[in-house]
Amino acid sequence: MAVHTVKALVVTGNGTNCEMEMAHACRLGGADEVEIIHIYKLLSGEKKLGDYHFLNLPGGFLDGDDLGSAKANAARLRYARTPKGHSIYEEICDFIDAGKLILGICNGFQLLAKLGLIPSLAGDHGQESTLTFNDSGRFEDRWAYLKVNVQSPCVFTRGLEKLYLPVRHGEGKFVVRDDGVLDGLKKNNLIAVQYCDPDYAGPTMDYPLNPNGSIEAIAGICDKTGRIFGMMPHAEAYLHYTNHPRWTREQLPEEGMGVELFRNAVQYIRKEL
Amino acid sequence: MTARIEVGFMPGVRDAHGCKVQKRIREELALELDEVATIDVYTLDMAVSADELQLLASGPYSDAVTQLYSVNTPLATGYDWIAEVGYKPGVTDNAGRTALEAALLCLGRSLADGEKVYTSRQYLFRGKLIRQDMDLIVTQILANDLIQRHVIGSRQEFAPGCGISLPAPRVKGGENAVVAHIDVEISDDELVQLSRERLLALSLDEMLTIKQYYGRADVLATRKKYCLGGTATDAEIEAFGQTWSEHCKHKIFNAVIDYTDETGKRETIHSLFSTCIKGSTQTIRDRLGSRDWCVSVFKDNAGVIVWDDFYNLVFKVETHNSPSALDPYGGALTGIVGVNRDTIGTGMAAKLIFNTDVFCFASPMYEKKLPPRILHPRRILEGVREGVEHGGNKSGIPTVNGSLVFDDRFLGKPLVYCGTGGIMPREILGNPSEVKLVHPGDVIVMAGGRIGKDGIHGATFSSEELHEGSPVTAVQIGDPITQKRMSDFILEARDRGMYRCITDNGAGGLSSSVGEMAQFSGGCDLDLKKAPLKYSGLQPWEILVSESQERMTFALAPEKLEAFLKLAAVMGVEAMELGTFTDSGLFLVRYGDTSVACLDMEFLHNGLPPLQLKAAWTPPQHEEPQFADPADLTTSLIGLLGRLNICSKEMVVRQYDHEVQGGSVVKPMTGILNDGPSDAAVLRPVLDSMRGVVVSHGICPRYSDIDTYHMTACAIDEALRNFLCVGGSFDRIAGLDNFCWCDPIATDKNPDGEYKLAQLVRANRALYDYSTTYMIPCISGKDSMKNDYVIGDLRIAIPPTLLFSIIGGIDDVRKAVTMDVKKPGDLVYVLGMTKNELGASEYFALHGAIGNGIPKVDAAKAMQLYRALNNAIGQGFVRSCHDCSDGGLGVALAESAFAGGLGMDVDLRNVPGEGISRSDFLLFSESQSRFVVTVARENRSVFEACMKNLSYGLIGAVTPDGAFKVTGLQGSSVIGTDISTLKQSWQKTLEWM
Repeated sequence: MAVHTVKALVVTGNGTNCEMEMAHACRLGGADEVEIIHIYKLLSGEKKLGDYHFLNLPGGFLDGDDLGSAKANAARLRYARTPKGHSIYEEICDFIDAGKLILGICNGFQLLAKLGLIPSLAGDHGQESTLTFNDSGRFEDRWAYLKVNVQSPCVFTRGLEKLYLPVRHGEGKFVVRDDGVLDGLKKNNLIAVQYCDPDYAGPTMDYPLNPNGSIEAIAGICDKTGRIFGMMPHAEAYLHYTNHPRWTREQLPEEGMGVELFRNAVQYIRKEL
Repeated sequence: MTARIEVGFMPGVRDAHGCKVQKRIREELALELDEVATIDVYTLDMAVSADELQLLASGPYSDAVTQLYSVNTPLATGYDWIAEVGYKPGVTDNAGRTALEAALLCLGRSLADGEKVYTSRQYLFRGKLIRQDMDLIVTQILANDLIQRHVIGSRQEFAPGCGISLPAPRVKGGENAVVAHIDVEISDDELVQLSRERLLALSLDEMLTIKQYYGRADVLATRKKYCLGGTATDAEIEAFGQTWSEHCKHKIFNAVIDYTDETGKRETIHSLFSTCIKGSTQTIRDRLGSRDWCVSVFKDNAGVIVWDDFYNLVFKVETHNSPSALDPYGGALTGIVGVNRDTIGTGMAAKLIFNTDVFCFASPMYEKKLPPRILHPRRILEGVREGVEHGGNKSGIPTVNGSLVFDDRFLGKPLVYCGTGGIMPREILGNPSEVKLVHPGDVIVMAGGRIGKDGIHGATFSSEELHEGSPVTAVQIGDPITQKRMSDFILEARDRGMYRCITDNGAGGLSSSVGEMAQFSGGCDLDLKKAPLKYSGLQPWEILVSESQERMTFALAPEKLEAFLKLAAVMGVEAMELGTFTDSGLFLVRYGDTSVACLDMEFLHNGLPPLQLKAAWTPPQHEEPQFADPADLTTSLIGLLGRLNICSKEMVVRQYDHEVQGGSVVKPMTGILNDGPSDAAVLRPVLDSMRGVVVSHGICPRYSDIDTYHMTACAIDEALRNFLCVGGSFDRIAGLDNFCWCDPIATDKNPDGEYKLAQLVRANRALYDYSTTYMIPCISGKDSMKNDYVIGDLRIAIPPTLLFSIIGGIDDVRKAVTMDVKKPGDLVYVLGMTKNELGASEYFALHGAIGNGIPKVDAAKAMQLYRALNNAIGQGFVRSCHDCSDGGLGVALAESAFAGGLGMDVDLRNVPGEGISRSDFLLFSESQSRFVVTVARENRSVFEACMKNLSYGLIGAVTPDGAFKVTGLQGSSVIGTDISTLKQSWQKTLEWM
């Protein structure tokens, strides 16, 4: 079934702060309707997740990351109900079951992992992985080279081999609950992007190329369907060549590397949803 | 009954925070430990069942993948020492607030009265330590006793099952609300004593003016109507203290000054602020006529200029020095979120688009004994850095521009400048966005955080030097998330036309915010009993002047109240109606039925008599240093690059998010490895437009040792140079002045006050002269006049410091230029004249001298060069452009080269110079209005055509290898090294940060 009007939703509120550029990325990617929606409108039932195809969870500091990144909001989404008694968590599950797309970047990735929506190898939304404090103990803003796993089912990275994007986080070190989870990630090619050398060769554990000490240099993972994807690097921060840290000294295409992920999402919705 | 949940990391999971503490203990205290681990503690002061505690501990409070938890039993085992650090009662506990919210969500219920969650942290140590070591670790690294409590336990004291813990820091509820009445019909001595005891920071003259007011028959008659008599209430006295504070009224800047110059000529200056600052802006606006781009200057919380056809730009820079001296983290955090509110609360409210920060500290390597109550500069640096990190990053505002300036005189008071820019539509619902109105009958509403005792006397405290009795309550901790929620709400309420006026609650709290807004309508009737409190026990006067953070005050048409409160509630923002604005001419404050204050508005705001001050200027004479011109300058250049004021600040910069909001164009660090120092920031606030905002600044307090007139000229020139380097345009440019001075009022204890005031006069004269020549109107600013430390006989006064910030635009960001050299073979030019101006330079400082030859700015001449450069950049002829400032030409050349990863071969004989015969002076003179520029060979003639009849020199070329070669004035090599050596020296000084 083809979708004619691709509707993207960018959730904000309670400390989210990359909503504007994420919405811009959705538009550049070709989404027909893009709305930035404060989470209170979902919690109050004023807006319904089911009316959209593409859920964007942007970066930020949900609730100040006070209990650990995105933890408090994970609890909010898990337990909150609309005034009419609808569970927000069930709305999310319905959204996923309908075959729609979710992209979580940075704080959004942390939220997806802590809600257990990815990787969810067991399919029960139990928490199998997390993002913890960078090995450096510091928040850092720096650009990172990323190698894309072309075998991955991830619909967002289709056709991509490499990316160069900024990371801006203090809690971006990806770790798993146990070796079984890591095996599952590898076996299913769910490790969609990894930090790598400037020549995009192998993944790297060297700081600062791997800015946080993530195991297997993991920068982003998806679920088995490839429709739910979380990554620490900010794809929405490289939409135009003037975002690139060396645009005054390198010949670069007009469009930034981040747009392609959003275009892939929109095209998937248009053709395959 | 309280419950306790402890959360720690699983074995094998790296405890990054513990590792960081271990590193600091090693570096700062030279103690080697085997391990430092941390445990987060949640103390729940609420009724929860055992099952519910399990749910919370395993749910929101811990991470199932990396963490372990325990409920009501100690988690720590097997450590040698343990320390727990938590907040003192009443101190803002952000994580505690979030933990409480999460608990209520999980448990599916609403807040019951008095329920709280408090957080604290345990540090577990393995290694050979004695109790004295532990005391040192806790007091020097882990806790600030001003706001935190701690407990230390040895292995025996936390044997299994015992543990150590801090009790819940409940604020003890207090007595009933009482309004105290204070007799002001008292002697002069008693008036002075009253001012001191209540921390009013008011002079005898000012106290006498207040005494006189209460003696007036008309005043008495009005007061009787409100059941008040001829005595002042405590709240009224406090309101005077706030409204008339140096911090709020800028008494020194508005004083009548009797100025004597070096020739003995005397003149009277009526307000430096009116004549020099507002005066220069008015002169510029008059000259611009119909092109005037100023929209709102010196009257709102921030300045406003035109941005494009649809938007205005808003900019404000504040200082938060005194609180940062006492609690660097909380002080700086409050500084940044405070200036955010200034910009939000300008006009009908602005959306925040960038932060700037400039810090002045003593050397972090300071080794002498510290005077009492002074924290080590390294600790201040780290605390301030972290405070601004949390304030900026968590608010989602990119920190795009800043500086770190070092001078050991900042030991007594560090300077923490925080700036915030915003954007707002030129019209909102058909009305000009900068216009503020309040109608009589409008409702007073406060929204945001609750009121506590924190921040009481902040305004008066910052109007004094740091002394032994400096109040603890003046220190507060900001809460960026409460503020973020509030700012999301404000923009939505603004666009729905829900309020008529908005302002922030900063210094002076409600007393200032409501008092200022009441001037629009002509009075107010404020009921403090309705104000939401953090805890019971606040007296009415405390509610009135508390500076608790994250609060805004609004004026609403009554019919909008319900919708406003409803929207606030669903967006998680607390809002409360607190009375009405009136046209009674009275500042009327009640606590329920009890009158708390009744003051004549006119007297409260305009009754303050101007200060009468004396200033006398005597130019200082310093010894001229005597040393030979070294044959080889390589060592000098390497030494200069490593100096604190020149070296790389990358480790600080990287910890600030400078790219959020997606419009980053020129970042703080640039070049082939993203690690060269940018001159200014460029960003695109509107993502589908190519028009950019350019932000820069200049600051050079060292020059104040010779003459503040030229210090000011240099600061303005430096800000403008930085602005031009990246391609900033002269059209719609604006400046902000932030003066931080040492006490310029002469007293027995401050004998050179007249000289310091003369320094202020001279600085202001330069501000007028240079801003009008450069046509940069100042649109807002701030002064902080008491940056002294006085305890016992010791006075540490900061060097007079002006931060001059510039905001403006670039029509097409694709034409922006960065400072890194781009291609081998490119030509290297020096623009501007180099003179024998090494007074107070970094080079002389390297030789332990000051000298006298201060750099002087010839603005008219510079302006010709600046227009030519701007034209050349606009036409795309310039590949890189870097300004010459600290360390002069030598440092600018080196930075440009190593940022680009390429070498350079230059000849000093081609540098345009005047009166210089020494290579070292030529290379390190800090003459102003100069740039290092590289140009592609093919553009040589077109570039030189732009520079026709101006001072410039083609001094060499960019080379493919990393060699850095300089030929001296005698024709022999004076520098022969490589860029990696230079860069290494530049990077290593602060790389430990």
